[in-house]
Amino acid sequence: MTASNPKSTPTADGKRNTTLDLAASSLRDINEILQSAEGGEFRVVNPRGAHALAAGLEGDVDVTIDGHVGYYCGGMNKKARISINGNAGTGVAENMMSGRVHVRGDASQSAGATGCGGLLVIDGNASARLGISLRGLDIVVRGSIGHMAAFMAQAGNIVVLGDAGEALGDSIYEARLYVRGKVASLGADCVQKEMRDEHRRDLRRLLDAAGCGPEVLVDDFKRYGSARRLYHFHIDNIGSY
Amino acid sequence: MSADKDRWIHTPPRESATFDRHTIAEIHRAAATGIYDIRGFGAKRKLPHFDDLLFLGASISRYPLEGYREKCGTNVVLGTRYAKTPIEIKIPITIAGMSFGSLSAPAKEALGRGASAAGTSTTTGDGGMTEEERAASTLLVYQYLPSRYGMDPDQIRKADAIEIVIGQGAKPGGGGMLLGQKISDRVAKMRTLPAGIDQRSACRHPDWTGPDDLEIKILELREITKWEKPIYVKVGAARPYYDTALAVKAGADVVVLDGMQGGTAATQDVFIEHCGLPTLAAIRPAVKALTELDMHRKVQLIVSGGIRNGADVAKALALGADAVSIGTAALIALGDNHPRWEEEYAKIGTTAGCFDDWHEGRDPAGITTQDPELTKRLDPVEGGRRLANFLSVMTLECQTIARANGKSHVHNLEPEDLVALTIEAAAMAQVPLAGTDWIPGANSR
Repeated sequence: MTASNPKSTPTADGKRNTTLDLAASSLRDINEILQSAEGGEFRVVNPRGAHALAAGLEGDVDVTIDGHVGYYCGGMNKKARISINGNAGTGVAENMMSGRVHVRGDASQSAGATGCGGLLVIDGNASARLGISLRGLDIVVRGSIGHMAAFMAQAGNIVVLGDAGEALGDSIYEARLYVRGKVASLGADCVQKEMRDEHRRDLRRLLDAAGCGPEVLVDDFKRYGSARRLYHFHIDNIGSY
Repeated sequence: MSADKDRWIHTPPRESATFDRHTIAEIHRAAATGIYDIRGFGAKRKLPHFDDLLFLGASISRYPLEGYREKCGTNVVLGTRYAKTPIEIKIPITIAGMSFGSLSAPAKEALGRGASAAGTSTTTGDGGMTEEERAASTLLVYQYLPSRYGMDPDQIRKADAIEIVIGQGAKPGGGGMLLGQKISDRVAKMRTLPAGIDQRSACRHPDWTGPDDLEIKILELREITKWEKPIYVKVGAARPYYDTALAVKAGADVVVLDGMQGGTAATQDVFIEHCGLPTLAAIRPAVKALTELDMHRKVQLIVSGGIRNGADVAKALALGADAVSIGTAALIALGDNHPRWEEEYAKIGTTAGCFDDWHEGRDPAGITTQDPELTKRLDPVEGGRRLANFLSVMTLECQTIARANGKSHVHNLEPEDLVALTIEAAAMAQVPLAGTDWIPGANSR
């Protein structure tokens, strides 16, 4: 199965750079090409808000999408490096396993939901429920994030250069949250925690990986995480539920 | 004389119908502990059920088929609407989703072995797919749950079908809680959480809300699996007419409808007993929605919740289901609540036939536990054989009834073959009250 009129040109390093046009090919055809590729570079044009674009990729590929995408772009991604030159709809990089997804614009709700590994970078703002049920993915947001971020987040890191909305980290498990700006409120069982050297090193690593320069100072961030008071259901905590 | 005289002075003890012994005991328990009762199993209250229906059998106008001679088909194909590779099961009975975590690894393996021997499918649960389960199951349905514990695209690709779980009959609208004592190192690792802590299973999906989003979620799952695998949508019986219609609209290949008698690993007793619809009341509205959309038999309907024998299977199919699913009955077939463990049931304050503390991890039968010593009590080979036997009996019973009603395939059973013993069952199943032509509530939704 091939997309109609895929344009392929050699790149400087010898890889094939293939252009895929969603105005001329179906979502299925384009996803099939991306899912089947073990390597190479691809540029997707005219995404026009398509849902599930570049979902389920498994190869060591670079995909650049020129324009806005709909729901679940890069969903369940493994290995692939996906760059979105636009905004992303709900659930970008949901359940991502590894690789990298970079949203150059803003991201809608549930970005990185249940993500297990890799790195999600959002240059703009992210809406509600960023990193909900996070399971090991690292997320860096250069802008601000909406309410209920990191709800029930189990593992992984979330770094926010801007502000965080209400109920940050509600019912959080073992994920780590770093916020540079204001936090509107913390959710149940989420508390501010001491920033030790190990956390500073980890945060620096995440900022570097996301392309944030040395002007972004680790010491400007505060760390949040679980107080672990709700790890066992107890009637004395009923007011927290 | 004196004793006879006293008899007329003191009335014998009279139990209150409103405050019966169970109710009084529950008030005492609540007053002592300050917390609601949590348990496994499904609804235990008396509900209108398949027992309230009867098949008519053949008569002058209906020819029966010869038992042991004339063929009565039982196969079902699931996923014919969109999936490139629908699955075919040899019997109209599947094994419902139950998690590794709530069940032991040998129990999951036994379910796979039994289902495979009978030619049908089994289903994963919260926490994802175990290697033993995949290896033991010829046909394995992968549950895509709100918690997404253990969710891995590679496991989805290894599955034969995907079941998006919106809810379950025991607790439509509820999530779950796997208590810390059942969180072994292996369970914890599969769920990316520390061992020994209570694990909350979410009640809502994290990245979609409502039917329009569900349509997009189904699109994503189809794209990731190259449109090969059937996609089921499982709902608890709450608003079956609308939920079925919305599942069809969202693009489901199969709708799984779970009535309130369906089992759960752990939920509040008040939730189990007071939410949802009885299975009997849920089937006809779902079939009506499918029929109105011209999707009956095109989108398959699997019904679950209190299916116990071949008569229940036949009745569910006659009301319009394509297949049924069993969970509690399958665990019982493996050995749950078996009298051989009576002495140990007594030690934990219960008795064989009543054990429902599946969440506590102390199951003497080694099924609903992660205790290494208890789990050894269930031999997955023997358990699988018992389950296969049970599935075989259910199928034979269903065929017996179908032949008696003149059907060469169990799918040819129809509501016209049934009557109801109670007005309530007649209204819910939309079949006549026995001996009359009265269907209460006919022509209403």
